[in-house]
Amino acid sequence: MRELSLHILDIAENSVSAGGSRVEISVIEDMVNDRLSIVIGDNGKGMDTETVKRVLDPFVTSRTTRNVGLGLPLLKAAAVGCNGDLIIESEPGVGTTTKVTFQHSHIDRMPLGDLAETWLTLLLGSPEVNWVFHYQVDDEIFFIDDLEIKRELDGISFTEPGVMRIIRELIRDGVDSVS
Amino acid sequence: MPTIKSLEDLKRLREEAQRVRKLKVNEGKTEIVVSMGTVGIAAGARETLKAILNFIEAHNLQNTIVKQTGNLGIEGQDPLVQITLPGAEKILYGKVHPSFVDQLMQEHVCEGKVIADKVFNP
Repeated sequence: MRELSLHILDIAENSVSAGGSRVEISVIEDMVNDRLSIVIGDNGKGMDTETVKRVLDPFVTSRTTRNVGLGLPLLKAAAVGCNGDLIIESEPGVGTTTKVTFQHSHIDRMPLGDLAETWLTLLLGSPEVNWVFHYQVDDEIFFIDDLEIKRELDGISFTEPGVMRIIRELIRDGVDSVS
Repeated sequence: MPTIKSLEDLKRLREEAQRVRKLKVNEGKTEIVVSMGTVGIAAGARETLKAILNFIEAHNLQNTIVKQTGNLGIEGQDPLVQITLPGAEKILYGKVHPSFVDQLMQEHVCEGKVIADKVFNP
């Protein structure tokens, strides 16, 4: 996966698989300190310390643990190679938070890619989850908690053409206004 | 921090929701599920989903629900897409790349014709 937005999608899918009912994703580009940080937090079933170690080990993560693939160890290697890191904080029954950081200007840093498309995919594809998105470049912030949208829709599907058009615009414009 | 870009967006959303609600008289729904495990994403499932959503929007397909699911455990067939027409059996398609989406949506979803040679049979 050659863009960070696809990794974000992958990690957020793990959050959904872990039964998270609320998932927060924040992407912060801090040009002053030359950092790019991504945080994905959920209130899913969580993992014990042993499991956290296992999901970060490319040689032990096996195909039988179906909800975790090779995505995380590869992303960690990419982050470490760019003077950053990937850290997972997790507690059984509480949830999991994954933090990834990069040196923003590092020549090997993957591009962020299409963040708006990743968020749309999550919002439309897993409407049972409460999604909170935060995208920030220095002092410019785009923040969206989808509860308000769901209240307005009141059971109408996100994938009705007219509804989808409005939501797509909302997210695209929001992300574009910041970046 | 603003939760939503502007009050105007919420208003538009409310009006659209009301409009859709009026149209609905318990019609059957078509369900489309895209497999989004790590392998699926790496194989391009996000772009496949995007193409599906674009088709729905462009052709104004109502009553179609698009969902995502985790890895289906089927090797080498991603991106996988499952289509269930109202009252019909689930049909699973393998290797649904964006270039195949328009044909799939047009023939299966709109016209109800199964594209036999693309169906994945375990």
